[in-house]
Amino acid sequence: MRELKILAVVAFFTAVVYWGVEPFAHSQMHPHVAPADFAFKDLGATEKKGDAAKGAETFLSAGCIGCHGVAVANMPAPMDNASASATFGVTPPDLSSAGAIYDKNYLAALIKDPTKALKVEHKFNETRPHPMIQFFGLGGDLDQEVADIVAYLQSIAPTTLDDKKVYADACQRCHDMKYDKLMSTTDKTALMAYMGTLPPDLSIMIRSKGRDYLTTFINNPQKQLAGTSMPRVGLSEKAQNQVVAYMEKVGDRKKAEREDLGYKLIGYMVLFTLLAYAWKVKIWKEVH
Amino acid sequence: MAEIKKATGLIDWLDQRLAVNKFIKVMMTEYWIPKNINFLWAMGVVLMVLFMVLIVSGIFLLMYYKPDIKLAFDSVNYTIMQEVEYGWLWRHIHGVSASVIFLVIYIHMFTGIYYGSYKKGREIIWLTGMALFGMFSAEAFSGYMLPWGQMSYWAAQVITNLFGGIPFIGEALVVWIRGDFLVADATLTRFFMLHVLLLPLVILLLIAVHFYSLRIPHVNNQEAEELDFDVEAKKYLDGKKVESKVVPFWPVFLSKDFFVVGVALTIFFYLVCFHFDFAMDPINFEPANNMKTPAHIYPEWYFLWSYEVLRGFFFDIGGIAAMDIGLAAFGFANVIFMLFPFLDRDTDHVAPAHKRPLFFVWFWVLLVDMIVLTVYGKLPPTGANAWVGFGATIVFISLFIVLPIITKMEAKCNNGGCK
Repeated sequence: MRELKILAVVAFFTAVVYWGVEPFAHSQMHPHVAPADFAFKDLGATEKKGDAAKGAETFLSAGCIGCHGVAVANMPAPMDNASASATFGVTPPDLSSAGAIYDKNYLAALIKDPTKALKVEHKFNETRPHPMIQFFGLGGDLDQEVADIVAYLQSIAPTTLDDKKVYADACQRCHDMKYDKLMSTTDKTALMAYMGTLPPDLSIMIRSKGRDYLTTFINNPQKQLAGTSMPRVGLSEKAQNQVVAYMEKVGDRKKAEREDLGYKLIGYMVLFTLLAYAWKVKIWKEVH
Repeated sequence: MAEIKKATGLIDWLDQRLAVNKFIKVMMTEYWIPKNINFLWAMGVVLMVLFMVLIVSGIFLLMYYKPDIKLAFDSVNYTIMQEVEYGWLWRHIHGVSASVIFLVIYIHMFTGIYYGSYKKGREIIWLTGMALFGMFSAEAFSGYMLPWGQMSYWAAQVITNLFGGIPFIGEALVVWIRGDFLVADATLTRFFMLHVLLLPLVILLLIAVHFYSLRIPHVNNQEAEELDFDVEAKKYLDGKKVESKVVPFWPVFLSKDFFVVGVALTIFFYLVCFHFDFAMDPINFEPANNMKTPAHIYPEWYFLWSYEVLRGFFFDIGGIAAMDIGLAAFGFANVIFMLFPFLDRDTDHVAPAHKRPLFFVWFWVLLVDMIVLTVYGKLPPTGANAWVGFGATIVFISLFIVLPIITKMEAKCNNGGCK
């Protein structure tokens, strides 16, 4: 009985220390932020219904392929990665899967005003323009034209993409994933100059940041790290979950093995403890 | 030379050459332990088990770890964690036991303080124990740095910088310790040597002395009762096992220890497989970057209390820089426990804290104060946090100033000098 009382005291103080240096301290150092917003409410939603066929024409007339490739529509990138890096600072994305991985409202807002949608106004302004040129329309209803382009991109996008492909299309232009041998497509020197700092390797980012942080960070980097050069990429909820799942697959690839072995190790120790207890009772019977 | 006869078996053959029977008696079957002890006395064996776990897992990690700043991070996080079969298990076992061992050390220390096991005849046990604590701290710190993560790099930068506060030789000393002007490859390589060779050797040696120092004064017990071990042992050997106040180390005492170790390892493997993150700062999964300081720099949880004492004085007092006062307080905090047996002036009276009214209060205030220091050592030292840290530091220092006074008062009472 007395030993149980002592055990309770030890457990209580251990728990207080744990609570203080883990959950409590972390809540103080990382204040809570609003949950991820996959509707991109700050950008406004368009009411217009896009027409993919018209969008295809608008897409060509707007000059998008001057910088972007669209592999699925047999439009290769106009420049190789090295020249594109030197010209733009970062390789422009191929738009084959853009309609599938980015949010519709976000895409529309991005075409109209890239710096606003990307949330990089603190880096790009009139004296230092963003490499993606703002689309001012072809003379008709701007919102309708943009909606058409978005509809076109959605129409050509594949319906299913695996996690790794989503990551490659959304993140690989800037970030390395060394532990899965995926390297950024942009030249490092150009990227460094463009971003102001070299974007980190993402191999074990899942372990340094964790799922919760990444959920709000990828959705809106400024919310977690004000002033960061990382743009808001505008991934849909599904696509973002795929990116995080891929990061977990690479950065914590032994998770399943760890949990499976965990039950066995604990089971073994429980058995050991029970036997040890039985032995102790038997031996101490003689001395008590 | 002793007369060697034809052996009757392997044990006898060994006994004639190594006196194994005698050795087993002295070390195990006739090494007497008081019966009146609780599970807190099993912490020593738990520590021994954890230390063995650290050595074995460390040897496995050593096979793949590369002590080079260009390779260290990936050798841990890729080679060991992802490529090597069960490398993750060895790393988690090593990391978690390094953290858990400190929890058990603290329980072990506070048990000693509570039951007065540092007093009268047992001073060497306390001193070697505190020396072990110091060596374990150095061992933990040097190992923490090896994966070359962001927090381990900056913690190394801050901790080595502390030596710069030593008058006259400070700056030269910092460079000498680092082997460079900054924490760099030379620092990593020498810390690697310390971690895998020199410090473990010293620890093994100290453990041997710590165990040996228990032999003569014997281990204390729950009531701090003075036992005549020879008389009690004779009773036990005569078959009066229930009447005897002692039990042999093997198998009686260890049978209870096995059970306690079993419980401890069950919790341990739960932590290793499902909750290892408490022992691995997430910031250390980012590679060290000497151009980018983390938002908050803090040590591992077991150093937080002394770290908070270091930064408790955040303002200058009487023309002395806050940094210098902090360093002095930090130095004080790190040596004062060593002096424990000599600060307790109630030297002749060994008793558990609940039989020493003033000391009882003192004990719990110390425990709570150290927890406050630990928690605030991690929080950002701004606003009210800084003042709580300052207050707790003052309380900590005051406690050790009043310790000789209150124990002296209690000593007088024991001699009938008070009412």
